[in-house]
Amino acid sequence: MRLTCPLCGERDRREFYYYGSEDYLNRPAPDAAPQAWDDYLHNRDNPAGVTRDLWYHDMGCSSWLVVTRNTVTHDILAVEAVADRKGGAA
Amino acid sequence: MRYSGLKVITEGLFGNKGWKPAWRDPAPKAEYDAIIIGGGGHGLSTAYYLAKNHGLTNIAVLEKGYLGSGNIGRNTTIVRANYFLQGNSEFYSHSMKLWEGLEIDLNYNVMHSQRGLINLFHSDGQRDAFVRRGNSMINQGDDAILLDREGVREMLPYLDFEQTRFPIYGGLYHPRGGTARHDAVAWGYARAADKRGVDLIQNCEVTGVDIENGRVTGVQTTRGAIKARKVGIVVAGRSSQVAAMAGMRLPIESHILQAFVTEGLKPVIDHVVSFGMGHFYISQSDKGGLVFGGDLDFYASYASRGNLPMVEHVMEAGMTLMPMIGRAKVLRSWGGIMDMSPDGSPIIDKTHVDGLFIDCGWNYGGFKAVPASGWCMAHLMATGESHPVAARFKLNRFATGHILDEEGTGSQHNLH
Repeated sequence: MRLTCPLCGERDRREFYYYGSEDYLNRPAPDAAPQAWDDYLHNRDNPAGVTRDLWYHDMGCSSWLVVTRNTVTHDILAVEAVADRKGGAA
Repeated sequence: MRYSGLKVITEGLFGNKGWKPAWRDPAPKAEYDAIIIGGGGHGLSTAYYLAKNHGLTNIAVLEKGYLGSGNIGRNTTIVRANYFLQGNSEFYSHSMKLWEGLEIDLNYNVMHSQRGLINLFHSDGQRDAFVRRGNSMINQGDDAILLDREGVREMLPYLDFEQTRFPIYGGLYHPRGGTARHDAVAWGYARAADKRGVDLIQNCEVTGVDIENGRVTGVQTTRGAIKARKVGIVVAGRSSQVAAMAGMRLPIESHILQAFVTEGLKPVIDHVVSFGMGHFYISQSDKGGLVFGGDLDFYASYASRGNLPMVEHVMEAGMTLMPMIGRAKVLRSWGGIMDMSPDGSPIIDKTHVDGLFIDCGWNYGGFKAVPASGWCMAHLMATGESHPVAARFKLNRFATGHILDEEGTGSQHNLH
C-alpha cells in the first residue's frame, strides 16, 4: 500500500501513522450531549468499501491527511491535507 | 452416530462405508424461537449451549458461506487463560474449564493440546508486570509459573538468549495454555448442535433485520424471510454491517491481522512461545507446520489479506527470537478481519432493540473464547440477563467509562 502525500508525493505506507476514522475531525462542542462524545470517540460506520480516515505523515512532512480508500481492495482513491480542507486545520 | 475408537476400527475393517454426514443440511423454516446470525465458532457454540443448557432446540444458525469459513478456520489456534483484569480473567478462566471438557462434551476430537504457553520478558520492569499478571491468574484459580532465564533455557534452548536489543530475562509459564485444531472446534460444535435439533443453514446471508415497535420479529435473508422473537448477531469482523441493519453504529473498527505457516517440520517447538516485545508468537501444529503471527497491520480493512511491511516485521521478529527457523519455508500467509473494540475487550450484551443481542469485539483473541462466549451469549439470549463471568462486556461501557483495558494503552480505536 502506497499513499500519495500532497506535499511529498507517493510514499510507502510505513512512513504514515494511521489514526482512525474521519469522524475525529468532527469534534463536538464542549457542551454537547454525552452521546455526541461517545459517537465521536467510539462509534464508527466501519464501512466495508470506501472509507475516509486520518493518517499522519510521521516520517515525511508531518501533515495530517484525509485518505479516501477502499477497505476491501486496499485501493487508495484520494489523499488530501486536512489543512487544505474548508475550515482549515483541525 | 457416536464417534469412538471402536467405531473407527470397525469402519476400517468394513471399508469405511458406514460414515454419515456430520450434520443435516435443512431448508430454513418459516419461524424459529431463536436465530443466530453467523455460523462461526462463537455462533455455533451459542447455538449448542442454547440447546444444551437452556433446552431451546427450535433454533437456527444462519451462515452466509459455509460453516466455519471465517475466523474460526483462519486463526493461530491458541488457547489460554492469562488475563489480568477482573471482568476478563473470570471469563477466560471459565472458557479454559470448558475447553478442558470439550472433547468429551461434544464427542469430537478437537485436538486440544495443553502444551504450555510461555510469555517472554526482557527487563526488570517487564518481569514485575508479569509477576503481577501471574498473581492475578493464580488468584483467579488458574496456573502461572515464573521462569528465570535458566528456566526458560531449559524449556526453550533454541532461543537467542544473547540478543542485545531484547535479552531474555525469563518468562511467565502458563502450563494449561496450548492449542486446539481450529476447524475441528467449528465442526464439533456444529455436529453437537445439529444432534440436538439445531438447524444449521448455510449459504444464507442475512440482508435485513425486521423490527416492529422496538422489538425484533425476524430477519430477511437470501433464502427468504425467517421469523424469530430472539436474534443474536455473532458475526465477528462483519458486526458493523449486520448491526447497521438494526440501526446501530457499533464501537467497532475492523482491522487486518496476518498469520503465517511454514512447510511441515519434525517436532521442534513444543510450546506456544510469545515474544511480546517483538510482536511475535509461534507454535507448531500437529501436522508440523510452524504457525506464527504478529501484530495488526493497523489500518481499518476488510481485505482478508495484509501488506508487506507487517510480513517483513514478523519475519524479522521471528529471526531475532529464534534464528533456527530461518531455513523453514513459509507456505502460506493470510489475513483475518478482526472486530476491534476501543479497549480491546469484547461485547456480549442486549441492544436497544428488544430480543436482539450482540456478541462481538473479539479483537485478535476470539478463538480461545469460543466456548465461554457461546455459553454466555446463550445465557443472555435465554434468560435476558448477562452471565456473571461476562457481566462487564457491556455495549455501553465506553459511554459510561467502565472500560476493560487489559493492555493499559487507552480506550481508542488505533491502540489495541
